[in-house]
Amino acid sequence: MSAFVGKYADELIKTAKYIATPGKGILAADESTGTIGKRFASINVENNESNRQALRELLFTSPGTFPCLSGVILFEETLYQKTSEGKPFVDLLMENGVIPGIKVDKGVVDLAGTNGETTTQGLDSLGTRCQEYYKAGARFAKWRAVLKIGATEPSELSIQENAKGLARYAIICQENGLVPIVEPEILTDGNHDIKKCAAVTETVLAAVYKALNDHHVLLEGTLLKPNMVTPGSDSAKVTPEVIAEYTVTALRRTVPPAVPGIVFLSGGQSEEEATLNLNAMNKLAVLKPWTLTFSFGRALQQSTLKAWAGKTENVAKAQATFLTRCKANSDATLGKYTGGASGDSAASESLYVKGYKY
Amino acid sequence: MSCFTSKFADELIANAAYIGTPGKGILAADESTGTIGKRLASINVENVESNRRALRELLFTTPGALPCLSGVILFEETLYQKSSNGTPFVEILKSAGVLPGIKVDKGTVELAGTNGETTTQGLDGLGERCKKYYEAGARFAKWRAVLKIGQNEPSELAIHENAYGLARYAVICQENGLVPIVEPEILVDGSHDIHKCAAVTERVLAACYKALSDHHVLLEGTLLKPNMVTPGSESAKVAPEVIAEHTVRALQRTVPAAVPAIVFLSGGQSEEEATRNLNAMNQLKTKKPWFLSFSFGRALQQSTLKTWGGKEENVKKAQEAFLVRCKANSEATLGAYKGDAKLGEGAAESLHVKDYKY
Repeated sequence: MSAFVGKYADELIKTAKYIATPGKGILAADESTGTIGKRFASINVENNESNRQALRELLFTSPGTFPCLSGVILFEETLYQKTSEGKPFVDLLMENGVIPGIKVDKGVVDLAGTNGETTTQGLDSLGTRCQEYYKAGARFAKWRAVLKIGATEPSELSIQENAKGLARYAIICQENGLVPIVEPEILTDGNHDIKKCAAVTETVLAAVYKALNDHHVLLEGTLLKPNMVTPGSDSAKVTPEVIAEYTVTALRRTVPPAVPGIVFLSGGQSEEEATLNLNAMNKLAVLKPWTLTFSFGRALQQSTLKAWAGKTENVAKAQATFLTRCKANSDATLGKYTGGASGDSAASESLYVKGYKY
Repeated sequence: MSCFTSKFADELIANAAYIGTPGKGILAADESTGTIGKRLASINVENVESNRRALRELLFTTPGALPCLSGVILFEETLYQKSSNGTPFVEILKSAGVLPGIKVDKGTVELAGTNGETTTQGLDGLGERCKKYYEAGARFAKWRAVLKIGQNEPSELAIHENAYGLARYAVICQENGLVPIVEPEILVDGSHDIHKCAAVTERVLAACYKALSDHHVLLEGTLLKPNMVTPGSESAKVAPEVIAEHTVRALQRTVPAAVPAIVFLSGGQSEEEATRNLNAMNQLKTKKPWFLSFSFGRALQQSTLKTWGGKEENVKKAQEAFLVRCKANSEATLGAYKGDAKLGEGAAESLHVKDYKY
């Protein structure tokens, strides 16, 4: 095998396969302190530790949601937090069949000489950090690489740097028992059409899988978190069926069958858009050797946040809203979503932020 | 799409998919004049055009054989030959639903500074040649790249040169209406074990698909012709089930689902070995989003050649031997081979020739 098969190989394969269980997906609740601050600001909630704890407790104790989730990505602070009754969040999740994951990258920095392109940092002492996260109960990790589309972007440098960074992160995770989610996000910003996005996505994913192979990553113990293939944010929208066709074609051309699951990011899509697109992909009558599911942050939490607004008396309502989105996306992984999950206007609200950084 | 848009796109996709029809495979009858000379010498037959023509006529007019075949690879001379009643071979094949293919490479040359590693030539004027072959009735092409396993082999240079040569050949074919069979053969020579072969195969295939992506090749309009993953020729043999497991896993880790079919080369395997291994792969219960079939030369013709011995009076018996192998392999593509094929003389004979060049 060209793959590194370390002591955690069987566990990695089992965990990755479980996360990719049809009917389940991932809640991305790993917003850094700065990013969650922006969310709180939008609902007039103060950004302090107890509020951050309260939000995550709201999400993790929402009745009926556990069956819809196979994993939750956490920020480091949250990995060590407890419910108000003193139970560690990781225990609560694990007991209910939801695997805790951990964001391990340390954000992006500019690549000098490029037109605002970036690379992701976080490799220093990553092995040691992974070991500690494993001890704390994490079983998968996430690292976000970011690329953009422009006249001369993404550049070959940016593609290579980000692909190699992802590969190095991935193998370090596997050496230390964490399933790496490989996330090469191509931002939607721009006025390009869907064909351009498809071409760039295919080029980037081809580079990513070459890098993973070079670094001896065990593909059966990984997950992919890509963008869906869509027109640019400044271009005319297309139907979910068109998005599904271009996205699945791009993946069929680049993602080896050994990868058990593909967990899409939602980018700036509204809650409803993201769900409809995922649903359309799962309805597409074409051979897909990996499961297609979600790893949504904003697209699972947006209306829940608004319903909560930081008030204890709103918790039940907010939890009911969260359950609606969880169920909708669970159905979407099976191609069974019939649309209109909540009449809530928040569900249709675009979550697009230009040049999004988190 | 990162692939280029050929005016032949629909036809390429349809032809590649057709070659991947369950129950069918490819007869590799593209031995160059020099190579067929060695075969004919082994049965004491003179290497003249009429004998070369007679052999191919024997094969193409075997009653019941053509339904087992979706394609036949021809050498240039054969593309323009006719049967004894004046019907062009290309016509005989086409009217029986068999696509004619053409070998387009011009053999290997050594890479200076390496330990006997090679690259394949044939790119000069390839576009023009492809056009002519298309006009003559060919609908697919084949180009053989060769790598070997050794202490320091395959080197990064050999992998890169061969992968990028294959990619350039592939896109030129597609520009001119021919489905390219991509053949990165890793020779079986050596004392390495099956794990080493698996590691090298995965590395080589990953490099091939990166190169194909870089060159904008339309994967849905290609086929892959790889070696099976086996122990080296000087190592202990293993069961077909073991070969199947390692081979399919290597392919799962490297070959995108967009590729419609994988047509194995037989290397030095005996007729029976090659059939049993292919059968075991098709019985394996695991993800296989591409059809697994054969593109056999020696492993389809060996016992037929021996039975023929160049004599007119042996044609009927030789054709019966050929039909036996065609049917056996057709069943193997469905995982239905019971190993009861009447073994013709030499069917169990190893066809391994050290450092095979053809």
